[in-house]
This record gives sequence, structure tokens and C-alpha cells, in this order.
Amino acid sequence: MLERDTIFGLSTGRPPAAIAVVRISGPGAGTALGALIGKAPEPRKAALACVRDPVSGDIIDEALALWFPAPGSATGEDVAELHLHGGRAVVTAVLSVLGALENCRAAEPGEFTRRAFENGKLDLTRVEGLADLIAADTEGQRRQAVRQLRGMLGDRTETWRETLISALALIEARIDFSDEGDVPEDLTAPALAMVRALRAEMADALSDRHRGERVREGLVVAIAGPPNAGKSSLINAIARRDAAIVSPHPGTTRDVIEVHLDLGGLPVTVLDTAGIRESEDPVEQEGTRRARARAAEADLVLWIMDVAAAQGTTGLPDEIGKRPSWIVLNKVDLIESTDNAWGKIASSADHRGFLISARTGEGMQALMSALESFAAKFVGGTEPALITRERHRLALEETVAALDRALAEPATDREEMIAEELRLAARALGRLVGRVDVEDILDVIFRDFCIGK
Amino acid sequence: MDRRFDVIVIGGGHAGCEAAAASARMGAATALVTHRFDTIGAMSCNPAIGGLGKGHLVREIDALDGLMGRVADRGGIQFRMLNRRKGPAVRGPRAQADRRLYAAAMQQAIRETANLNVIEGEADDLTWTEGRVTGVILADGRTLGAGALVLTTGTFLRGLIHIGERTIPAGRMGEAPSLGLARSLASLGFALARLKTGTPPRLDGRTVDWQGLESQPGDDPPEPFSTLTGEIENRQVDCAITRTSEETHRIIRGNVHRSPMYSGQIESRGPRYCPSIEDKIVRFGERDGHQIFLEPEGLDDPTVYPNGISTALPEEVQRALVATIPGLERAEITRPGYAIEYDHVDPRELEPTLEAKRLKGLFLAGQINGTTGYEEAAGQGLLAGLNAALRAGNGPVFVIDRSQAYLGVMIDDLVTRGVSEPYRMFTSRAEYRLTLRADNADQRLTDHGLKLGCVAPERARRFRDKMQALTDARDYARAVSLTPQQAERFGLALKRDGQRRTAFDLLSFPDIGIAAVARIWPQLAELPPKIAEQLEIDAKYSVYVSRQAADIAAFRRDEALSIPDDLDYAGITGLSNEVRQKLAATRPRTLGQAGRIDGVTPAALTLLAANLRRSRRTGRNTAAGSR
Repeated sequence: MLERDTIFGLSTGRPPAAIAVVRISGPGAGTALGALIGKAPEPRKAALACVRDPVSGDIIDEALALWFPAPGSATGEDVAELHLHGGRAVVTAVLSVLGALENCRAAEPGEFTRRAFENGKLDLTRVEGLADLIAADTEGQRRQAVRQLRGMLGDRTETWRETLISALALIEARIDFSDEGDVPEDLTAPALAMVRALRAEMADALSDRHRGERVREGLVVAIAGPPNAGKSSLINAIARRDAAIVSPHPGTTRDVIEVHLDLGGLPVTVLDTAGIRESEDPVEQEGTRRARARAAEADLVLWIMDVAAAQGTTGLPDEIGKRPSWIVLNKVDLIESTDNAWGKIASSADHRGFLISARTGEGMQALMSALESFAAKFVGGTEPALITRERHRLALEETVAALDRALAEPATDREEMIAEELRLAARALGRLVGRVDVEDILDVIFRDFCIGK
Repeated sequence: MDRRFDVIVIGGGHAGCEAAAASARMGAATALVTHRFDTIGAMSCNPAIGGLGKGHLVREIDALDGLMGRVADRGGIQFRMLNRRKGPAVRGPRAQADRRLYAAAMQQAIRETANLNVIEGEADDLTWTEGRVTGVILADGRTLGAGALVLTTGTFLRGLIHIGERTIPAGRMGEAPSLGLARSLASLGFALARLKTGTPPRLDGRTVDWQGLESQPGDDPPEPFSTLTGEIENRQVDCAITRTSEETHRIIRGNVHRSPMYSGQIESRGPRYCPSIEDKIVRFGERDGHQIFLEPEGLDDPTVYPNGISTALPEEVQRALVATIPGLERAEITRPGYAIEYDHVDPRELEPTLEAKRLKGLFLAGQINGTTGYEEAAGQGLLAGLNAALRAGNGPVFVIDRSQAYLGVMIDDLVTRGVSEPYRMFTSRAEYRLTLRADNADQRLTDHGLKLGCVAPERARRFRDKMQALTDARDYARAVSLTPQQAERFGLALKRDGQRRTAFDLLSFPDIGIAAVARIWPQLAELPPKIAEQLEIDAKYSVYVSRQAADIAAFRRDEALSIPDDLDYAGITGLSNEVRQKLAATRPRTLGQAGRIDGVTPAALTLLAANLRRSRRTGRNTAAGSR
């Protein structure tokens, strides 16, 4: 049997830097560390070491060395770490020594994490949390990613799965061991009580208004309105502000332009949609279609109008009016008095309104503060969201649907149908973290009941 | 060489009888080698056939024209359909058997099977050349040649009986163990491991005080296992139920150190679902009593099998504990209970045909593969016998998969996962349980048997008649329909959606039976009862079965992605060492099978699938049938 490769990689950013960390994982990590510094330090204790080229004996650097023997390491394998001085030549020299060792090779992207997953150190949701943590731009994203990395969803799912398997074991015990005197008569009712409680918990987690996904992917605020109302000016005004992380994607005005903001630690994406109007031009029609689609999915629509031209407007287009929307009247610097600006809009009572000038910045402060509190309120809640990805949501929804079908079964004489639905539920739930197995169910039965007449 | 056969079966137990008969039905010249003709069909443990999961196996064996169902119908003295109040998918036919009647019926069936010779003798060694088995050498020096060989040694491989501190080398009480064959297998390099099982003391029923014990009658009328059996002819008897007492538990606790399972004398693993009474007391001692079923072993035989007190305590302790049980105060033990340890082969050594990977033409079936139970043994025997006959004739192989039968579930579990305790069938092992029912075993399997040629004309005729009648009934039930308004006139409350519903649709509702539907369409009332019942069951499960059909299609896609025998797992980067070792040890034949190996992660499967698709070696169909 061939041993698994030992992998190594530079775990910190591109040199030059003050420090560069090189990580080695696999059965040959100890040998590799030995080749570079002689004797491995005491496990999990940092030690100062002289790093040498094993062939020439030249000293490459003076470094901090760490040794984590399997399985108590990040990947579950033997892991060594060298904290080098972060010069290009230092890093290159160390990596080339490692590359020359037998069964030792540079890690592929994500390979350390994959090994951690395969060795059972991280379940799938924790792997996703780790990816999110590395990608986190804002404080809110970081907090959420850390929670997930620490197993908030994974552990919860595992608890749910255990409950589900216990419930299933009760039903299966009555099916497979009904001729045994030592298995109680009515196990279906307690099993269904467990299922009902479980279903309520999951439904609760699902009714989170997609907060977790929003924190991860960003809230979407769409700027929409008639042509020449000042949409581009508004997004430019937003992008100019200090708080903004600006990355406007290049494109024509017919495409959607995005600006990514960090508003009070939460990611917010502001979209500028093309002018929404009916047109004969097929290219423009396509732009209009896309703009409407994006705006229709937005968490908030800023409907912008020229304050002078707003007179007689009857309100917002239907598909936008259904979303939470604010009305923004622009170009207040061009009118003499704002006294009766609102009177010009028929349905403004349903919507929050702002008077701004994108050109002079008047009213922008109020608008940005309002956006920040909107974002905070949107993702805020008494409890942090469990679900951070569409994948989690689909798996949980499938689980709940199966539980609902189980609960809808007549409670008597249909145990095998109930078991079938619970089995499907367990399978869907298992996909979140791993998988369910018939042996798990049998283990519970044999643990809890005296089987064998 | 003294004689030559196409197929030789070694062992005359439940696996051996089915294997020999199946091979002979396929037209192969078959020999059954057993110590003594008169031990054929012996039941070493409890005198019962079938049960939950096991009853499914018996019906499936019957569907392929095997012997166990028919023989049990002739030996049965109490028939019960377990889970009768639950859905048909989880009902399990079970029968208490008269030991003598059962063995006599099996011996007669073997005698009457064409192409089948019984040779009395002890197999001592195998012969092989160039990786293929060539025959067997008997202890008396005779040599027999064969194209294929089925080994069904039960608990005889280095069998060792334990009663308290005493140990007796034996395959069954009073019969010598098989040491030569154990040596042959070890020398071939087979991975052998040890398992343990046990049996309770037997009682003299004339010394049992039956008064005051709860009695458990059978079903009236009894429902047979086999579709060939018209009705059960034996007189039917009751069983009785009693319980252990506090005093029983006290005696066991005081002597548990003398049980070989607790003294360290036995280290091998016994089945969790069939624990000894000492295990029950140690693990569930807080209970005030454990149920015991007193099962008669025969109509003319006073022996009683006390189901529930399997034990290996010393004989005097067994006598003391039996005397504390209500009704058994004066009961005499005619034979003490014991534990038995035996060798088995790691079933991951086998193909899904039960042929050994390391020696072509050698098939293993029954307890030698780490299973327990007559039905599990017989099911393996049947498939091994069919495949041995095909192998001897250099024909294609016959494989049944998990979506087709409990037989397929069992064999896939064995060859894919191996065993850590004696393997027994449960309905919860079958993921397509609602599809794989005891009532439709013939509908699932007999066609395959007909194509293969292992089904005799009598069964073929009956099967075709049934299928014709069922198809006609189903076509009719799907053709006639009515609106919710019309249904109301017959007292059926349906959702008033204006949808027409067929008779078949109506039958699929949990609370609408054939009688209600027959009031609307009187033609359905004229169906033979069996056909009407089958129609109703098929309709009740139709929604679930079509949902499972989608799952089965996905399962088949994975099964269709076959893995070449010589795949180099070391060459697939990204597989963890552990997964790589497991795959290399089991050598799964399909991606689906790889996924069912413990510890093979979804990530590893994805890597494997990508690798297989890249190498474009796909396409073999692995569903049942010849290929």
C-alpha cells in the first residue's frame, strides 16, 4: 500500500513580508521537518530553530518551528509549521528543499482543507465556514463565518440527525422486532412527538428571512427610476463616500453597475439599473428586462425621480412596488423650494421618501444612515442565522417536507410509510454534513431495547 | 479421480440443500456431499422458519423455485403472519416447524430432484489448478472432480462448543468439527475470522406446567409460504409464553463470571439481536423480567425450545435458573444450552455471485460467510448454486441487486461491508422496502428465474396464470373511473375537484378497500380473492413505489458505472490513505458498491467517479439477469 503524499505550501501572503509561514502535512511531515531543522520540537510548543539546506548544510534562516503529530492537528495528519522571515529567497530556498524530498509535493489549492474534511476534522458546513472566513470582507461576515467554522450549523444538524435517527429507531424497532416481548407496544406516538418538535425547530431556522445568505452574499439595494432621474449620479455619489469599498464593474449604462459597501459591518451591494422605459430598440429592451429582473429580486429599491419632473407620477411600476421601496427625489438643488415636493407624488404615503441632491451631496448623509439601519435591521435578529447558503436551505426544506408527509400519515398501521418519510428526511439532512446509514439506526435499536427472545 | 460432476455442494444444511437443488434445476450434474443423509434438513437451533425480513427471503427463494418455502409448508405446525396489523410491506410470514417433518420433507425434496446425487462422506481438502477449483478430496480418500464447488460448512469450520468452563470441539452438538477444510481455506490465503452464536437448553414438554401460562395460537387459516402450496395439512398447535423472574436474574448475576462470554474464554463477537440470557441481564438488568416463548419442536416430540434463554452457563446453573421460571419449576432439561465459536470467511473475499475472488469456481454460502439464520443461509445457497451451475457451464453470471430483492440486499451488504457480528436480515436493511414486499416476491423474481431456466413447468404455469389475471384486473381498474360527485352516491367522500378517479386511484387511498370499490364496479367483486388482494396492495403502494423507482433509477446509474478489476487506487490523487486501503481491499465492482463501503466519503466517491468517467470504461449493465 502506497503512503499518501506529504504536501507543503506557503500559508501566508506573497513575499516579501515580515513573516512567512510554511506548512507541511502528511506522513512525511516529521521527516521533512527533521531534514530542515534536525530534531522536531516538543509537540505544540514553539521553538527557535536553525533552518538548513540538508544537502549543503548552509543555514537558510532562523525560524520558529511547530510540530503537531497526528491526529491532533488541523488536517488530522502529522503537521509541521515553520515561521520564516518572509524574504523571497528564504521562502524559495525552503520550498525547493521540501520539493526535493521523496513523496513530498506542493499542495494543490484547498488541499489542506480537503484533507481535514476527509480525515473527519471538519464537516462540510465547517469547510464552508472556513472558506467564508477567508473570504470575509466585513465584520458581520467574519462573525458569521467564525460561528459556522465553530460548528453552529454542523453541530445543530448533527443533533437534529441524532434526534431523527432516534425517532426512526423507535418506529423500526416496532416493525422489525414486533414479535419480541421486550419491545414496548406504542413507540409511534413518542416518535412522532420527537418529529413534531424537530420540525418546529427546523421551520424556525428556515424562517430567517435569508439573513445568513444576505450576510454572506450582501444585501442588494437597486437604484431604479425613469431615465435621466440621476441614477448614475446617485451611485457615483454613494461610491465617493469614505465608507465605501468601491469596485464598480465597468459596463455601459444599459448593464447593471454594482458598488459594494460595508455599512456598519454588513455587506451591501448597490445596483444601478438601466433606465426602465419601453423602447423599440431590441438592445435597450434587453437592458430593461435585466434591470427589472435584478430590481425585482432586490431587498430594497431606491426609486429615484427628478423632483421637478415628479409631478403627476402615479407611483412605482408594479413589480418594483411589491418590494420594499423608498422614493428618492433628486436634484433638490435645482428647485427653489422643497415645500410641496411630496405633494406632487400620488402614492408617496406608502413609501419612505428622501430629498437629495446627488450633485451637491445634500441629503446624502440622511440616506446613507437610513441604509445602514435598514441593513442592520434586515439581518439583525435575536439569534444569528444558521443557514448561510442556498445549499443548506434546500436540504433543510427537503427534510421538513418529508417530516410533514410523515406527520400527515394516519398514526396507526402506517408505520412503514412513516419510516419511509423519516428515512428520506434523514437522508436529506445527512447530505448537509455527511450521510445516514442503516447501521446507525440498528445501533440505536440494540442500545435501547433488549432484542432477542 | 473417482467421479466427476458439474457442481459439487459440500454440506447438507439449509444453504447446501438449496445450492444443490438450484444447481440441479439448472440441469447441472450435481453432487451433495454430507456426513449423513439423515441429517439433511436438520434445524440446529430454533424450530422455526421465516419471520420479519426472513419471511421475505423465504418468499424470494420460493419465487426462484427453491425448496425452503415448500418444505416449511409441509413441516409447519403453527403459522403466523407477523405485523399483520401493519402494512403488507413489513409483514413477515413465520412458521413453527416440526423438526422431523421438516427434515423428512427436505430429504424427500432432495431425493426427488433430478440430476442430484447425495454422497455420504466428509470433505477434507479442495483441489485446484491455475486459480480454478477442480474438486474435493474426501476423508476416506475418494476424490471427486467438479467444474464448480459450493462450500456450505455452517458452524463446522473449527467449531468449538462452550458450556460453562467446558469446551467441546464440534460443529453441532454430537457432530465432529471440520478441521481439514479450515486448513485448505487458510492455505489458499482466505481471511478467516471467528464468530460466536448460542442456543438455549431444550426441555421435556411433559415436565412443563402448561396450566396458567399464556398461550399463543397461530393464524386460522394458516397462510403458506409457497405459491405452490394449496393449504397447510398438518395439525396446528399453540405456543406458550412465560417470563424470567427476579430469582432467575439473581442466579444469573451470581454466576455470570462462569459464563464463557464473561470469563474471557470466548472473545469472538455474538449477535446483538440474539443475546444470551446472561447478556440480557447484564445489559438490561433493570427490567423485572424477559419474555420466553415455549415452542414445541414437533407434534409427536415432547421437546420444547424455550426461545429467549440462550445460554452458555454451566449445566447446573442452567438447571437452577430454569427452575425459577413460572411453569418450568419442575421442567427437565434434555440437552443443555451452549455457545459455539466457529471460523468464517470474510465475505468481502466474494463476488456478488458468491464466487471467491481468489479461486474461480469456488462458491461460499451460509454461515461460512458470517451470516446467521436458516433463511439467510438458504438464500445464499440458492444464488451460489445457480451461479455454480452457470460457472460449470461457462455461462454468464446471475446477480440480483438491492433494488430487486432482499437476497440482493443481503449479498451486497456481505460482499461490500463484510461482517462484524453474525449477519441477520431485517426489513430496515432494505432501502426499497416498500417495493420489496413478501407479497410480490414472485412478481419481482420469477420472471428472472424463468429466463435463467431454474423454474419448473408447474410453477411457470401458475405464475403466468397469476400474472395474466393480475394484469387483466389492473387494466380494468385503471380503465374505469368516476367523478367525486358520483363517488359520493356510493358513500365515498373525495376532494370535490371535478377530477375523475380510476378504481386503481381509489384503491391507493389508505381508507378505501377493495370491497368499497367493488360496490361501484361489481366486476371487481368477482376477482379471485388472491388477485383482488394483490391488486389492492399494489395500488396502496403505487405512489411510494413510483417515488422509489426514481431512487432506483439513480441507484442503477451508479451501479452501471463499473470499476475495472485492475483499477489502481494508488494512482487516484486525493483519496485518503484509509479510503484507498478500503477500496483496494474490497475491490468494489461498481461505483454504487464503492459508496456503500463504510468510511468511503462522498468526496472520495466524486474523485472515483471523475476518474472512471475519464477513463471511459463504462456501460456494463449489472441489473439481474444473464449477462
